[in-house]
Amino acid sequence: MHVQIMQLHGGRVQMKVYLDNGASTMADKRAVKAMLPCFTKIYGNPSSLHTFGADARKAVDSSREVIAKKINADINEIIFTSGGTESDNTAIIGAAKANNDKGDHIITTKIEHKAVLNAFKYLEKKGFKTTYLNVDKEGLIDLDELKKAIIDKTILVSVMHANNEIGTIQNIRGIGKICREKNVILHTDTVQSFTKVPINVKDDFIDLASFSSHKIHGPKGVGALFIRSGVKIKPLLHGGGHEFNLRAGTENVPGIVGFAKAAELCNSEANEKMKKLRDYMIEKIKKIPNAKINGSLEKRLVNNINVSFKGIEGEAILTLLNEAGVAVSTGSACHSKNLQPSHVLKSIKTPDNYIQGSIRITVSRFTTKKEADYAVKNLKIIVKKLTEMSPLG
Amino acid sequence: MDEYSKKVMALFKNPKNMGEVKNADGAGEAGNPVCGDVMRITIKVKDGRLADIKFKTMGCVAAIASSSMITELAKGKTIQEAMDITNMDVAKELGGLPNIKMHCSKLAADALRLAINDYQKRKKR
Ligand SMILES: Cc1ncc(COP(=O)(O)O)c(C=O)c1O
Ligand SMILES: [Zn+2]
Repeated sequence: MHVQIMQLHGGRVQMKVYLDNGASTMADKRAVKAMLPCFTKIYGNPSSLHTFGADARKAVDSSREVIAKKINADINEIIFTSGGTESDNTAIIGAAKANNDKGDHIITTKIEHKAVLNAFKYLEKKGFKTTYLNVDKEGLIDLDELKKAIIDKTILVSVMHANNEIGTIQNIRGIGKICREKNVILHTDTVQSFTKVPINVKDDFIDLASFSSHKIHGPKGVGALFIRSGVKIKPLLHGGGHEFNLRAGTENVPGIVGFAKAAELCNSEANEKMKKLRDYMIEKIKKIPNAKINGSLEKRLVNNINVSFKGIEGEAILTLLNEAGVAVSTGSACHSKNLQPSHVLKSIKTPDNYIQGSIRITVSRFTTKKEADYAVKNLKIIVKKLTEMSPLG
Repeated sequence: MDEYSKKVMALFKNPKNMGEVKNADGAGEAGNPVCGDVMRITIKVKDGRLADIKFKTMGCVAAIASSSMITELAKGKTIQEAMDITNMDVAKELGGLPNIKMHCSKLAADALRLAINDYQKRKKR
């Protein structure tokens, strides 16, 4: 009941339902509790040699161990950052610059998060050559296309593990195998998949992987980067020798501790729960007239639903849902800052009129069936209202 | 969503004059190639005035509010007065629109003008 503020509204019960967990999540109270001593008790600088410093160092290092264990990495292969964006930038720009002697060609996909795409755009300006891989209707890259795209000059491949808009999960092991055989560094953005899809950096042949805390019920402004031992990267920040000389700046001890605690609290039971709820909602939403589920039904994040309604517009849906207390997001052009429809939905060849009417619903382990029912019930009413208003309906 | 005025939100939630005028004397449909919004306006003319006007819109909050507003502004006006309604008038009556959403109000003005053009064309026949 954490997000249900019940109030009587014109005789109707109004709920507050948060279904935008792909954007950010509520911090787990246990993660917050774990952080608190780091403000008032364990407040030393982890680099200091006294006991206060040592206590903070211990807190950081045991958190590092938690994250490393989750992905079968070694402890010294994890550095903490300010989040997914910094991890993506450090991995991509850092690896490209550090390995420029071997080549200047880098590969990614058309459906990456802006944190990756804009790092690539930056490197293009610096003279790097880029290739953007296509995806199929479900959002999956073609491994043969990847193989063909890798040339002598290729030094880095960056493919997101799971997509933030449509939830499509790539065959990361297959991708890793190809990259390792061709001796190319593989970076993967696992911001959305971490704790929801198993990641084993050794078995999956991953060289670099980005993580973010606030997508897994941890605090905002903290994340991690896995750097396989032996993989060269140039740091973005210059300063003291923190984080193995790869990320200068006094560690965000409370954030790091909260992140590790949040990661510990994620488990397969919670994933099963989300998956059940997701499928329950998809079944109901599919029955709404003019609805079409975007992306893959099998290779999909346990918490993601992306649906389009033909002939109506996403911002209007989002706004009316918000009036009913339900929070979602949309890929509609009219709602974006640059009036461009979602590049992900475009890449999976969703027709423009369907992209316009797309919304993303992302549940969490705290989402209840009652909340799901309330959201779907309102969605149904809203789609009907907007369809009646539409000249295309 | 915070960028929308109270008036925009009120009209978006409860738009006026939504639907199709029966046996319309003119119809106009304007589409926005940029964002994909589409607006259709139908009118009934009596004694040189817009006796009835209704809209149907597929679009964002701003598009729906603008549609509603332009029907209110145009209703009862003479053909010439209605022709002179600009998207600036619509935006002003709405208590302003975010800059990026001004094109949605233009769509409303375009659809109205197309509907009047259609009426004038039909009259000539
Ligand atoms: C796939 C993906 N990568 C990167 C990020 C950026 O992460 P952060 O918000 O921690 O900077 C996000 C979050 O929006 C994301 O979904
Ligand atoms: Zn619009």
